[in-house]
Parts: sequence; C-alpha cells; structure tokens
Amino acid sequence: MADSEVVFRVSRYRPESGGRPTFQEYRIPYRSDMVVLDGLNYIKDHLDPTLTFRWSCRMGICGSCGADVNGRPRLTCGTYIRDMRKGAVTVEPLSNFPILKDLVVDFDDFLDKLASVRPYIVRKDWGDLSKEYTQYPEDVDAYRQQSLCINCMLCYAACPVFGASPEFVGPAASALALRYIRDTRDDGAAERLARLNTKTGIWECTFVGECSVVCPKEVDPAAAIQTLKFLATTRHMRRLLMPGSASR
Amino acid sequence: MCQMFILPIRFRRSVERTAFDLVIVGGGAAGLRAAIAAAELDPDLTIALVSKVYPMRSHTVSAEGGTAAVLRDYDSFDLHAQDTIKGSDFLADQDAVEYFVAHCPQEIIRLEHWGCPWSRDEDGRVSQRAFGGMSVKRTVYAADKVGFHILHTLFQTSMKYEQIHRFDESFVTSLILDGGACTGVVAMNLRTGTMAAIQGKATILATGGCGRVYEFTTNGFIKTGDGMALAYRAGVPLKDMEMVQFHPTCLPGTGILITEAARGEGGVLVNKEGERYMQRYLPGKMELGPRDILSRAMIQEIKAGRAFEGPYGPYLGLDLRHLGEKRINERIPMVRELAEKYMGLDPVHELIPVRPGQHYIMGGVSTGLKGETALPGLYAVGETACVSINGANRLGSNSLSECLVFGAACGLAAAEFAKKRPSYPRGATAREALRKEEARVFDGLLGRERGKETVAGIRVEMQQLMERDVGIFREESALADACGMLAKLRDRFGAVGLADKDRVFNTELTAVLELDFMLDVAATIAHSARDRHESRGAHSRTDFPQRDDANFLKHTLAFRTDGAPRIDYLPVKITKWQPAERKY
Repeated sequence: MADSEVVFRVSRYRPESGGRPTFQEYRIPYRSDMVVLDGLNYIKDHLDPTLTFRWSCRMGICGSCGADVNGRPRLTCGTYIRDMRKGAVTVEPLSNFPILKDLVVDFDDFLDKLASVRPYIVRKDWGDLSKEYTQYPEDVDAYRQQSLCINCMLCYAACPVFGASPEFVGPAASALALRYIRDTRDDGAAERLARLNTKTGIWECTFVGECSVVCPKEVDPAAAIQTLKFLATTRHMRRLLMPGSASR
Repeated sequence: MCQMFILPIRFRRSVERTAFDLVIVGGGAAGLRAAIAAAELDPDLTIALVSKVYPMRSHTVSAEGGTAAVLRDYDSFDLHAQDTIKGSDFLADQDAVEYFVAHCPQEIIRLEHWGCPWSRDEDGRVSQRAFGGMSVKRTVYAADKVGFHILHTLFQTSMKYEQIHRFDESFVTSLILDGGACTGVVAMNLRTGTMAAIQGKATILATGGCGRVYEFTTNGFIKTGDGMALAYRAGVPLKDMEMVQFHPTCLPGTGILITEAARGEGGVLVNKEGERYMQRYLPGKMELGPRDILSRAMIQEIKAGRAFEGPYGPYLGLDLRHLGEKRINERIPMVRELAEKYMGLDPVHELIPVRPGQHYIMGGVSTGLKGETALPGLYAVGETACVSINGANRLGSNSLSECLVFGAACGLAAAEFAKKRPSYPRGATAREALRKEEARVFDGLLGRERGKETVAGIRVEMQQLMERDVGIFREESALADACGMLAKLRDRFGAVGLADKDRVFNTELTAVLELDFMLDVAATIAHSARDRHESRGAHSRTDFPQRDDANFLKHTLAFRTDGAPRIDYLPVKITKWQPAERKY
C-alpha cells in the first residue's frame, strides 16, 4: 500500500452563499485500496467538515453515493482511485438534477415518476391471501434483471434525453415498470403502458444506451425501454386488429 | 459530462399537514411494514413517514442471506421457537417468540403477494436454505440480496397508499411529550434546514440499530441509534443493551458483510494451516453454529496464532471453492460481486479473508408484544426495539422476519391507539417543543465555534474504545475503563464546534446530533455489560465465564439519569422451554 498523495478536485455549491458551483482542491494521503468515497470521507473528517455528500452502506447496494467522477456518473463507494489516477480525481454532482449543496442533488422528481408507473403488483383478484402464488424459477428469471435497480440515478445523470427534456420518465422508472409487467403475478400492464406510451414516456428515448453503460447493477434500462416500445406497439396493433381482445 | 443547472431550492412535495394519526420515524423494513399495516387497516388514517434518508437507502437494503419462516411439513412452530430460544441462550421472552414464529409464514406470503422476488424451487414454491443455529432449512431468500428486495418491495408497495405522507430526509431531533404521553416529533428538514413539529396521536420509532458506535461494523453510516436515544431521553428504558452481535464473516478493512448463506450453501472456515478449525469448538454444527460461538472461535484461533496475517490484521479464510461457479452465481452472487469488487479476488478460485465485526444489537427500546413502550403513544419496532425474541444472541435470518412480523403488529396497535383518540394533540405543546429544539440546535450546537474538539475526533475515540473494551470478550477493568472514558467523551462533546454554519443540508450538524445520540447509546451498552456478571450468548465475560441463571436469568434495563445510566432488571418470560445448558 504505497503511501503518496492524490489530489481531489471537488465541486462546491453553497446555496446560502449564492453564486455558481466552483471547484476546490484537496490533497489527501493515498492508499492503493482506496475508493473515491474514502477520499471524500478523509476530506470531511480531516480537512474540511463543510464538504457535503450522501453515503451509507459503502457496499454498492443503498444507492446513496452516486457522483460524477472524472466526467462519468459512478458510485463513489465502488470506484477505486487507482483506476482513475491521471493527475487528479474530479468529483461533481450527478448531472441533470437540481443541486442542493456540493455533491447533493434532489431526486424527488424520480420518485414521482416511479410512482406514476405503479411500481407494485396490481391484481384484479388477490385470491386466497393465506397461500403463496406459484412462480417457477424461470418466471422469476423473467423479471430478475430489472428488479435489481438500486435507484442510484446514474442512468438519469447519463441520459441526454432526460437532460434535454426533464419530463421524460427515464431509464430506471421504465425498467421498474417492465419488472412488474413481466411478473406473472401482475395484471397492471395496461395501466403502466398507458402511462409509458405517451410523449413523455418511452418514445422520447432515442436509444443512446448510455444508461446501460453506467448502470452499476447491469439492469440494462436501454433494453427494457426497447422491450416496452415493442409491447406498446403490439398492444396497439392488437387493439386495431382485434377490438375487445384481452388486455394481457 | 458536467452539465449543471441550479434551480432555486424548491419544495415540490409541500406537505402542509403537521398533525397526523400516526408518525413513523424510519423508512426501513419495520417502519414501512408498520405504515402499510396501518394504511390497510383504515384508509382514513393519516400517516407521516419521517426518514433521515430516502427510504430505499435504509440499512435493511444491506441484509443479505434471508428471512426465516416455517413453511414446510418437515418444520414446526415449536422447532423454530426452540431454535430461537436456545440461540438466545434462554434470554428471549418465550411468549414473544411464540407469537413471532406463528406469524412469520403469513408475512413471507404477504411479501410474496406484493411481488418480492423470492427464489423458487422447481415446483414453483418459495425456496428455503440452511442457516446458522436453525435445525432445518427454514430461511427464505431472494438470492443473497434479501434485504434489498424486501426494502424495495415494501417501499414501492407503500406508494399505493395516498395517506402515507413521506418526509424524506428529515432528521428527528426529539420527541414531543405532553401530559405523560408522546405526541409526535420535532424534525429538521435537511433540504430547508428548518425545524418542524410533526404531531401524532401515536409515534413509532423504527430507526434501526446503532452499529456505528463500533469501529469495525457491517452497518452503514446512518446506523447511529437515533430511535434508541430518543426513547431513552424521554424516560423509556433500553433493554439488554450489552447484547451486541458480532458477525464472524466480514471483509477486513471495510467491514463489508459476507452473508451466512455462504456457509448455509456449504462454505467452510479454515485457518492458515488449512484446517476446518470449527471441529475444535463445535463439532456438532461446525460452520452452521450460531454467530456468537463462531465469532469467539475466530478470536481464539487468532490468539493461538493460527490466523492468516494481512494488511488489516489477522483473518481466517472462508472457502467456497468446492461449491463451484454455477452454485455460487445462482445462490450467492453478491458474495462473488463483493469479493471481486472490494478484495480483488474471485471466490470461485480463492479463499475470502474474513474476521468478526459488529453486526447487530439484540438490545433496544424495551417494548411489549405490540411494540408499546412505557410511554403512552410511543412504540418501537425492529432493531431499534427489544421485544425480546433475540435474547442474548440472535439467529441469522430472524431479524428481517422480526421487522415484518412486529412491524405489522406495531403498525396495527399504534393505529388502533390513534383511532381511540378523538382529537389531535395540543398545538401549544408542539410549538413550545419546536421552539426549544430550535434554540438547542440552531442557537446552541450550530452556534458553537470550531475549536480543539471535532465530531470526527470524538467519534473515532468512542468507536475505538467500544471495539477494544466492549467487544467480543469483556472483563471488569476494561468495562469500568470504558464507562469512565465514555463519561469523559460526553464532557468533551460539549466543546465540539462546527465549521459549517449553513442551515441547508448541514451534514456536519447531523453528524454532531448523531454523535450525541451514539454517546448515550454507547454508555448504556458499557454499563449494562459491566453489571452483567456472567457469560450468556454474545456477552462473554472472561472473569465470569459461566452462565448464571440463579442471578442473571433476567433482562437488563438502562434508565437515563443526569449521570451514568441507572441499571435495573426485569424477569425473563418462560412459557414451556426451561433453561438448559446450551449444547450443539
């Protein structure tokens, strides 16, 4: 664990002081097993307690610590400084979101979008509440990938469409919609597709694919959106060709 | 890609209501389950869900291995109860355990109906795996991301209920007390940096554990014992706080947890001689013994010089190689992900270095079966609470089930309590409580100038002394030393100043408030441990190595005073399992 120094260039924004974000540089002792979050915590505890960022689990599952590191959205707890070390580590808040302070951004907009796609099981008949519903391993496999989304918001930060039109429902909410549509226990596909088959829904996506590149959990939201487009289209065609056909 | 835009601080989710039927503090599994239970009971109930983080960041998210329930013919409630009570070293309340085991299955099925992606057998039924201290395969799982899936399933399901009003990123600083009852909370909205009184006919504390009082812990940064300290300051005792669980398999350096499911699926522990050393300590159960015994065995191996040496000190090896790549990927993919990412090794081909670390606390706010506390209108549930089903040692996979079973029970009980109260609490008391908190926090803490003492400095001293003196093995002089040092740290805390004077999202200020809570909680742990002159479950006294049922078959209660905590005791409830030697 070679001892040396690394320079962190961190974006600072203090709403109570006004102005635009500025960069501040910090020199921190470096170990080869340090992640970017360790560097931020070193600054917070030893150099500058005013630096503000979110973190909790430091094991890549709570989704709190996303930031733009050297120009790319990443989880700071899973990003090794040794993989970045070209002079300086530049840390900025995730793009495309309103900044509250330093690296902290406001995600409320995502939670509203998530709620709009009904991220829960919708059923006409819940049946016997004391019995489990049968689901085979392959049924679980059908939605497992989308169910792994940790809501870290890296995909929204990477999405140029969301950057240009903030009303776009966006990658994570779309992937989670597909997660429930693909669940054999769910009857809510029609309502979800009605939300997604709109101007601010899946058709805004131009398949840039950056969302899937930056996703730390391999959820592949870009593929999820393409699947949703296909489902919406076939549903539309079926309704044209076979009026009154079943909703599923 | 650094396009930025700044909007004026805005509060789209403008919550105008300030009085609710139910106020729930904490948005993890217990808090969310309570909220949903109350919402299902009565659509007219108004529920405030107050969390210092967005609920899906809650530490439930990090639970890995599974959640226990009797679901198959080979198993029975009696067997689950017996395993739990024996695991607890007979300190669990047996009426609570009986209630718990009988309600686990329906909670697994509720979660199943809400979409939780439980792993399935070929016949389409929910799968179950082996876990430490459980005598049959009883642990339900969703690969090894069980807490993550439970949390997101509950959080997403909670979005169905319009009467659940979320106060995301609001930090509760105190409880409102009126006429000998709890009538809500005072909370600081981190985004605005303003305080508000959130009144409730009933209040539930579901803020999780306090792992961050220790230096080496699996717990996230947010686990600072807030709910425990809030109740303690309101006069409610904390029960069995000396009972701290150390999990045997944590990654050195970071403390990241490697799930017990790794052993449930067949992984073994080896020392540097390649020996499965558990044969020396627990030949009947080997690696599937309870956590307290496995953690002690690791320390003994380290002391005997049979551990590996690494940059972060001695460690043992967790060997999964014989399981094969396919089984590892299917059953415990996160173990591989964590080992690759944080240790740079592949468990398909290499040993995973592990050592024991703080993981859970069996103790907590003393409650009855429905989460009710000694203070009318105040409830506690989950790791924050001590019902007690865990006694002196919790079995792996009982804690998520506890959050679900008692979350539902507590949500219903608190909702019923609220429904019986026709009117909302008095506004005058809430305004007075708010004024006092604003003065304490903004004029007091925030106004202090930065000097010699810092929040990070005192925090690390507390964590190191807890690790050293109130760890896996304990004895009188070290515990007495810890009690004295904690009192000194409490004094020095009074001189901690702040560099950040802004109100908006002041995480230096929240760190000070959290440290204030943790110092209270740490003192209850040290004093409770010092006064229990026996070894039971996770509490191992080298100076009192035997269990002493004649004097200590009872719960510790720690009450707040102006000085050291006052310690008292409460009998253990025994129904049908008479205390016997805990042999595996």
